Amino acid sequence: MTTRTLQFKIYRYDPDKDRKPWMQDISVEVDGTDRKLLDALVKLKAVDDAISFRRSCREGVCGSDALNINGKNGLACLTDLSSFPEGKPIVLRPLPGLPVIRDLIVDMTQFFKQYHSIKPYLINNDPPPERERLQSPEDREELDGLYECILCACCSTSCPSFWWNPDKFVGPAGLLAAYRFIADTRDQATSERLDNLEDPYRLFRCHTIMNCVDVCPKGLNPTLAIGKIKAMMVKRAI
Amino acid sequence: MSITVRKFDAVIVGAGGAGLRAAIQLSESGYKTAVITKVFPTRSHTVAAQGGVAASLGNSEEDHWHWHMYDTVKGSDWLGDQDAIEFMCKKANECVIELEHYGMPFDRTDAGKIYQRPFGGHMSNFGEKPVARSCAAADRTGHAMLHAMYQRNIKASTQFFVEWMALDLVRDDEGEVLGVTAMDMETGEIVVFHAKATIFATGGAGRICYSSTNAFINTGDGLGMAARAGIPLEDMEFWQFHPTGVAGAGVLNTEGVRGEGGILRNSQGERFMERYAPNAKDLASRDVVSRAITTEINEGRGCGPNKDFVLLDISHLDPATIMKRLPGIREIAIQFAGVDCIREPIPVVPTAHYQMGGIPTNYNGQVVVPGKRSQNEIVPGFYAAGECACASVHGANRLGTNSLLDLLVFGKSAGESAVEQLKQSPKAHKELPPGEIDRALARVDRLNSQKDGASVHETQLEMRRTMQKHAGVFRFADLLKQGVAKILDVQKDVQRTEIRDKSKVFNTARIEALELENLIEVAVATMVSAEARKESRGAHVRDDAPDTEEFPNGRDDRNWLKHSLWYKDGNRLDYKSVKLTPLTVETIALKKRAY
Repeated sequence: MTTRTLQFKIYRYDPDKDRKPWMQDISVEVDGTDRKLLDALVKLKAVDDAISFRRSCREGVCGSDALNINGKNGLACLTDLSSFPEGKPIVLRPLPGLPVIRDLIVDMTQFFKQYHSIKPYLINNDPPPERERLQSPEDREELDGLYECILCACCSTSCPSFWWNPDKFVGPAGLLAAYRFIADTRDQATSERLDNLEDPYRLFRCHTIMNCVDVCPKGLNPTLAIGKIKAMMVKRAI
Repeated sequence: MSITVRKFDAVIVGAGGAGLRAAIQLSESGYKTAVITKVFPTRSHTVAAQGGVAASLGNSEEDHWHWHMYDTVKGSDWLGDQDAIEFMCKKANECVIELEHYGMPFDRTDAGKIYQRPFGGHMSNFGEKPVARSCAAADRTGHAMLHAMYQRNIKASTQFFVEWMALDLVRDDEGEVLGVTAMDMETGEIVVFHAKATIFATGGAGRICYSSTNAFINTGDGLGMAARAGIPLEDMEFWQFHPTGVAGAGVLNTEGVRGEGGILRNSQGERFMERYAPNAKDLASRDVVSRAITTEINEGRGCGPNKDFVLLDISHLDPATIMKRLPGIREIAIQFAGVDCIREPIPVVPTAHYQMGGIPTNYNGQVVVPGKRSQNEIVPGFYAAGECACASVHGANRLGTNSLLDLLVFGKSAGESAVEQLKQSPKAHKELPPGEIDRALARVDRLNSQKDGASVHETQLEMRRTMQKHAGVFRFADLLKQGVAKILDVQKDVQRTEIRDKSKVFNTARIEALELENLIEVAVATMVSAEARKESRGAHVRDDAPDTEEFPNGRDDRNWLKHSLWYKDGNRLDYKSVKLTPLTVETIALKKRAY
């Protein structure tokens, strides 16, 4: 089997022993069975077991292994090793804008706090019927492109507005989730949800930079969803 | 050494489907509940389930829970307990409707009802022809379900301990379970979660195999903890190989692909399932399809330069159907097989997928073990649900979509049983036995101080290779025998693993070493139980138990219609009888399985 050597520069920081972060130069041999960046990371960990990163499903649905890869956020398990130019080290850093716990592992508290702040659950105060609530296929289609979010945080941590105001701006992932419930015909809390976002920061810090769309590993479009929420705000104001 | 103790009414270990469903039950009943999870809840492996959840809603054609029950008993090759199977199939509709009310975005029929698709082994009218029973959200059902249940838990203000790893059960002299010890991964601190009720929902352990559809986190933690606490593991020889993992990568392609009309072909372009299952064809039960594929490959009709896979073809379907019903599969095919399934077939091979066995429970989710009075004495304060448990509804082979149903029904019933127990529990917690807590601490101390030990990476590779070679789709008496000796050797290495990283902060090397200590219990249980079962049944098919007139499909009901129970202590096996009597209907009588 043909093998090749990949060079890496990896952000390292262990608060237990490092006074400050440093970049580690390290290389690893991969073969034809190693298709994705995550495959290489697992091999790297066999070389240096202290390299720390999150991973789970390795197929792009759990959202654990979001990293900053050569300057752009993405999932290690969906990044092809063949996409890296030869002869240049692959630079891996933790997601930007969140505190680092260790190496490539960030503290996602702020990200989830914003997600929780939009009340990400169906609100319907009618007594539940005996069978399913009916929803036409067309109404259900309104949720496509919204419900598939895997909460990997690639989008929010590539958003300059989120970097500056992670405590006040909900961020693209949270706003996508907000619109997912607004768009659901079974949800009865649209006006409450809009009230919750009517604020100079929570929604309106989105300046349509569209980094979120650029990096989403699931091909979702938070900017579009944010635009729809903004349009609803305008509509109800007049 | 002093150790922090935190008191809760209930502690749930695991935040996949079963854990989240149990948590809803407890939180909404007002009990102080802690959910301990190694990963953020929506990262749990339920998220990767694709094709659907079974329920006889009958939204597009006539269906009945009794037909579903028949299919499940037959699918289990009669090893499933018929009381638990009746319970599950009857509860299916209620549990799926609840999910819809939680907000799960199911696909819809034109009438606005939940969309249902056909799935392997699910038939109408007691095995007559395939029926649309799988309730689906495109091919992302697990994702939609897990997120909906996490969201419901946010509403219910459930208290999560995210990125905490449970280490060991706390069990007193009387056998009562009083909680768990757990480690905060971020700081390395070990805490006792002292609870009146403890629910395990720790999922599967597919990582014992070299090639598996399972996530890295599926390391059988609950099984390892239970085994170390003296609780037997049931029917561990039965592992499901999913027929259609992406060749090479192992990533799952849902059976829903075949439910939507996909066809399996060999190197000659032949739809070979017609020969193996003339009636159900590509929608036969998973063990049947996996063996058919393996036989095609073994007989030289595999595809590719090494003739080592077959093709899953949906290129004849309307691209709009693929985009609507199977969008995730298209992504997977492009990402992991390098083909666009709208135009080209997907290379697939049978891949280790699901553990039918687990911690023995009854249909109320209560853990049961043989005792002086009966084969199924309740372990006070201890519950298990989902893949880590064995109720047993899947017996020797699980039907597709019954896993999501299992975790809903038994997650809920375990939660309900815990609530009932808490209503009657005294106000004060029972006193903690001190020696028990030392057991978990001793494991961590051993790991921290190990010198000249074995590499975690190499040892886990050796375990996975051993399982793959010695306990695969087809099993051979001599390979199983060698396999037992080999896996016990690997176990010795697991007891002396060494990590170089000694940091307290988010030490994933330490977590992987602790996970390996759980995996090896599962691996040993599997190999030993498989070696001992001298018949073929469901997913366990041996060369020395072939299909004969006396033993149809190699199944020996006279000697082997019984559940295996493996005990860690003494590496010993015991057996208990299968419950053939359902709750209200008549027994589904034993007969030869054919599709």
